[in-house]
Amino acid sequence: MPRHTPALVAFMVKEVRHLLRDRQTLSILLLLPLAQVLLFGFALRNDVNDIRVVFVDPAPDYVTRALRGRFVGNGRFEVVGTVATTRAVEPLFRRAAADVAVAFEPGFAARLAEGNPARLHVISDASDPNTGSRMQAYATAVINGYEAEIGAGRDGARIVMQSRMQFNPELKSVNLFVPGLIALVLTLVSALMTAISLSREKERGTLEVLLVSPLRPWQIIIGKVLPYLILAFANVSTALLVAWLVFAVPFRGSLVLLLAASTLYTMVGLALGVLIASRTSSQRAAMLGALLGTMLPSTLLSGMIFPIGSMPGWLQPVTLIVPARWFIVVARGIMLKGVGLAELHEPLLVLTGMLVVFLVLAIRSFKPRLA
Amino acid sequence: MSAAIEVHDLTRRFGTFTAVDAISFDVAEGEVFGFLGANGAGKTTAIKMLIGLLAPTSGDARVAGFDVMTQSEDVRRHIGYMSQRFSLYDDLTVRENIALFGGVYGLTDAAVRDRERALLEDLQLGHAADARVESLPLGWKQKLAFSVALLHEPSVIFLDEPTGGVDPITRRQFWEMIYAAANRGTTVFVTTHYLDEAEYCNRVSIMVDGRIAALGTPQELKQQFHERSLDEVFVRLARPDAGQQAGTMSAGSSPEESVSAPGPTPR
Repeated sequence: MPRHTPALVAFMVKEVRHLLRDRQTLSILLLLPLAQVLLFGFALRNDVNDIRVVFVDPAPDYVTRALRGRFVGNGRFEVVGTVATTRAVEPLFRRAAADVAVAFEPGFAARLAEGNPARLHVISDASDPNTGSRMQAYATAVINGYEAEIGAGRDGARIVMQSRMQFNPELKSVNLFVPGLIALVLTLVSALMTAISLSREKERGTLEVLLVSPLRPWQIIIGKVLPYLILAFANVSTALLVAWLVFAVPFRGSLVLLLAASTLYTMVGLALGVLIASRTSSQRAAMLGALLGTMLPSTLLSGMIFPIGSMPGWLQPVTLIVPARWFIVVARGIMLKGVGLAELHEPLLVLTGMLVVFLVLAIRSFKPRLA
Repeated sequence: MSAAIEVHDLTRRFGTFTAVDAISFDVAEGEVFGFLGANGAGKTTAIKMLIGLLAPTSGDARVAGFDVMTQSEDVRRHIGYMSQRFSLYDDLTVRENIALFGGVYGLTDAAVRDRERALLEDLQLGHAADARVESLPLGWKQKLAFSVALLHEPSVIFLDEPTGGVDPITRRQFWEMIYAAANRGTTVFVTTHYLDEAEYCNRVSIMVDGRIAALGTPQELKQQFHERSLDEVFVRLARPDAGQQAGTMSAGSSPEESVSAPGPTPR
């Protein structure tokens, strides 16, 4: 029987050759996760230290004193004073003499002792909203820590607070960044690179030749996409390795599950790339389309840098259609919380659904007869 | 001898615009068929329907014995196509391009090797087998692209303005290759803007406004329209208003329309 190279294999060999031949692009793509993790890890960390805190404690008692003590002992906070009314706080904020105010209601200890909720307000200077929300989070973490200690034996007694910080008790921002960075790198190699490589064929006229050949549309798509999937694996490994070696980012869950989720997410990106390429008519348009349609939302609307909870109400539902948002939930869950399939089936299902939808759209828009 | 291409009332509409209006013609096996028409006359739309890139609105067409609507897979397997844009991969070597298209068309590895050897010999490209295609001169590239389009020995080959931008000597060599392919039994369906080239075709059709305005051997067409050259026939048909001064390009025509002069016209 004569040896015979299947059409799909011949096509993939060609794609790998394109990829290997363009040394500059390939080196950039391979070094990208390294550079990104290092840059984000060192330069863009938004940990905040030396937070100046002022207490509003109209009727000090043993609980409020204990809580104030926790702030002093925390290390991140510097207590600038204790005032009697909230009215005294604003001038301090205006003069930039304080960053955060923690206001207790009178009778704090007594209310807790009676089993009633005791209220406190954490007010932070949010002129830089990002820093503001982070300071708020640190303060919340201190109070939560205290509450967990004293609340242990008492039913119903609690300190009323709004947000919580869990699973990242050291609140290291690099821990939160790394899953987002993996999403970003994967988006880049999948959506952006496929869009570029496919629209190049379209622009140069070679796509027409492929469509006239016996290759089927799905073979063209799979052949385009698989080499990038392999590149994506290399990228995830680099990002994880750097995160672990340089920043000691913990990895608590299953590596296999993370790689599987990365594959799923990459395929969503690849399908999006194909879709973008088939809807644009030039390489340049495809590149801008991919930047605008995938990279930007993956960075800004995914919760990677800006918490979704602090986005305006109308914007929050928009994040639901950003694939990176769901992948980041999965990656953070696996890496930082060590949770598995049972807890993560919802975001994984959402990603699978997105994959099916985008893939169907991509293959349909590729039907040569519709060209 | 059956027809290699049979077209019957083939029509394609885009909205209210009829790009191809019920055209009918046959092309015999081994024939070199010239498909002419001014830009916008519907040539490209017609070709796209024949090679399966566009669905007809109505009518039918058979290529290499297969229906373009229902057997597009078989059609694709039995045709070759060289587009007006360069159809090889610039960043791959000559050998790699051959391996790709050989594989895509389902040739055995042994057949790919044999045909590669023959092809490199014919084109005297042996020295450049491992050079990237981008490093070859345009004339070589076009000849290579044509040979690669013939690699799987298609029964019909579609050439869409294959000689655009190449020098007269290469054009001549290119036409020698076309004749060689036709002599081996391959049907050649070629569009061109060079009317001197059209004279080399066995038969020629001229499309005007989506319809076939003339069809016959170059000799027949010249007799039918009482003109000395195909060039004059073409101008007369393509621009009836200028018919009286056939052969002279009247002022006011856009450069895209003045498609006649033999010799390299820059595209």
